[in-house]
Amino acid sequence: MARPIRVLVAKPGLDGHDRGAKVIARALRDAGMEVIYTGLRQTPEQIVQAAIQEDVDVVALSILSGAHNHLLPKVVDLLKSEEVYDDMLVIGGGVIPDEDIQGLKESGLAGIFTPGTPTQVTIDFIKENLKREL
Amino acid sequence: MFEKGKLEQLKKSKSDWNEGKVEKTLSKFPERKQQFVTGSNEKVDRLYSPEEVGDLDYERDLGFPGEYPFTRGVQPTMYRGKFWTMRQYAGFATAEESNKRYKYLLEQGQTGLSVAFDLPTQIGYDSDHQLSEGEVGKVGVAIDSLKDMEILFDGIPLDKVSTSMTINAPASVLLAMYIAVGEKQGVSSDQLRGTIQNDILKEYIARGTYIFPTAPSMRLITDIFEFCSKDVPNWNTISISGYHIREAGSSAIQEVAFTLANGIAYVEAAVKAGLDVDTFAPRLSFFFNAHNDLLEEVAKFRAARRLWAKIMKERFDAKSPKSMQLKFHTQTGGSTLTAQQPENNIVRVAIQTLAAVLGGTQSLHTNSKDEALALPTEDSVRVALRTQQIVAHESGVAETIDPLAGSYYVESLTNSIEAGAMAYIEKIDLLGGAPEAIEKGYIQKEIMDSSYEYQKQVESNERIVVGMNKFQIKEEAPKGLLRVDPTVGELQKQKIRNIKAERNNTVVEEKLAKLKVAAEGTENLMPYIIDAVKEYATLGEICGVLREVFGEYQQSVIL
Repeated sequence: MARPIRVLVAKPGLDGHDRGAKVIARALRDAGMEVIYTGLRQTPEQIVQAAIQEDVDVVALSILSGAHNHLLPKVVDLLKSEEVYDDMLVIGGGVIPDEDIQGLKESGLAGIFTPGTPTQVTIDFIKENLKREL
Repeated sequence: MFEKGKLEQLKKSKSDWNEGKVEKTLSKFPERKQQFVTGSNEKVDRLYSPEEVGDLDYERDLGFPGEYPFTRGVQPTMYRGKFWTMRQYAGFATAEESNKRYKYLLEQGQTGLSVAFDLPTQIGYDSDHQLSEGEVGKVGVAIDSLKDMEILFDGIPLDKVSTSMTINAPASVLLAMYIAVGEKQGVSSDQLRGTIQNDILKEYIARGTYIFPTAPSMRLITDIFEFCSKDVPNWNTISISGYHIREAGSSAIQEVAFTLANGIAYVEAAVKAGLDVDTFAPRLSFFFNAHNDLLEEVAKFRAARRLWAKIMKERFDAKSPKSMQLKFHTQTGGSTLTAQQPENNIVRVAIQTLAAVLGGTQSLHTNSKDEALALPTEDSVRVALRTQQIVAHESGVAETIDPLAGSYYVESLTNSIEAGAMAYIEKIDLLGGAPEAIEKGYIQKEIMDSSYEYQKQVESNERIVVGMNKFQIKEEAPKGLLRVDPTVGELQKQKIRNIKAERNNTVVEEKLAKLKVAAEGTENLMPYIIDAVKEYATLGEICGVLREVFGEYQQSVIL
């Protein structure tokens, strides 16, 4: 049997709204994945360190502070410079205006999930878009 | 309130009705659901009658407005005297931009200000700090020094408005700046009216903008209580907040329970520091959420008022009735808003406004329809404010006091919310009080469980959210959302450079050194902080000194 999918749920930025991050973390766990949650106020550097250390398949970034255009691409860039981006699926969620989504995707985020998205949609997306084999 | 004999008779008639008429109807037309629950998953019966509130004693349990136990309201005339304060939480980008928005809101008939600070300010970092990158001016206004605060309140006379500031960990610093701005306007500190949130415990639980560990944070708070009781007597020194606890996913009962448990911890800390309860308790204020389940929310506010009055009287032996009055601000529920069909949010906010007003709130912020998407635009803020004005002037609910009192359902809910909250408070007492219960992750875990349960109900369509999991339409992306100018960060950095070039840096160093010594000791820190801000020491410098002495809070990650 294949091993479970490993996910890092991380909160970049300074906002403390972690209801969404925690709900998604629990839902992914209930869906059989192994989930590590970083807690609040993680710098892109800290997130990338944790992703490498935990050898995850997915980096899920939750942000509601409005600093997404600044912080999310930075995580992707660091993953690239650490040469792990090709192994890790990077997704984001939070209060992110539609008009920002295209730009974030171009910068290397595979999917952006905004308020009201059922957790199942995110779960399916992860399963279908993993970058490395389990 | 009801005679025993009559209640017995009623019980019998009710059971006849259930077994007769109701059963007959059910056999042909079953009810919509097996079980009915409130917005917070409490069971709801088919019908409420005197049977459910048979023990109610009017004078003991409800009393009269302005009298113990304040169930019906804290003032004797409530909204017949004056309406609640309509106070829209606002602030973004720079002090200049926010000052314009405040003046606009005051022109539109708003009666109090409510300042939203950006995240670096809330966490005690200047705009030029590395962690502030990308965050400056985003969720509120950036304040780095007294200079920004002077601009923020330019042309707004501080003896005429009351100002609420959503600031917690660095509350002392922002209050010090407000006092200093007042002084420059010729307004003495005893004329200042307003509120600082100053509620660190709920930051650890739900909101996340903490800086220091629990013990020094509690000291900063009691320092403020003491200082204000003498120097800023009309200031509400804390706004003990259930709002964010509810937003994090708690139930209505948990909102009341955890908020009052935090309140108990603050009172205990101040009493332990040697303050007399009746000197500071009248300046404690509260902050609650208003969600969609109208009657449950009304009952929640009434239950919270009655329970706090009992706690202050019985547990803390308060003598002044003012110490027993739970005064509160309400904000409509941000998490109830949907990104889908945002116009529907106007209706939700109207229902929540009714809940707050029927629940006897002292002030209210109504959310704007676009807040699940971005910060609100000026147009959508106006509709939100108009919603309050329509409820005030057109709905009629403000013309008499506590009009839902005596409703069998509302009184029964009020009783059950109070009992449920009390049971939680007893559990928290056993754990050693709120700070301990937070340290152990107990409160966070309880909230998390409720929040996950709610999410599952929504995803299984057991709970309907109109426009989100039912009655969806194909939508275009909304246009015209508010965007914060990305150059704000650079502007603020330039302002800091200017300040540091203009001020007397030697004096600033001296003031900061004195603050450090005081922080290492036990003196009240407020006078030292005021001295430092007046010399234009920055927020980041002051919090930096305190970080050095106090250290930083380490979050326990609870899933």
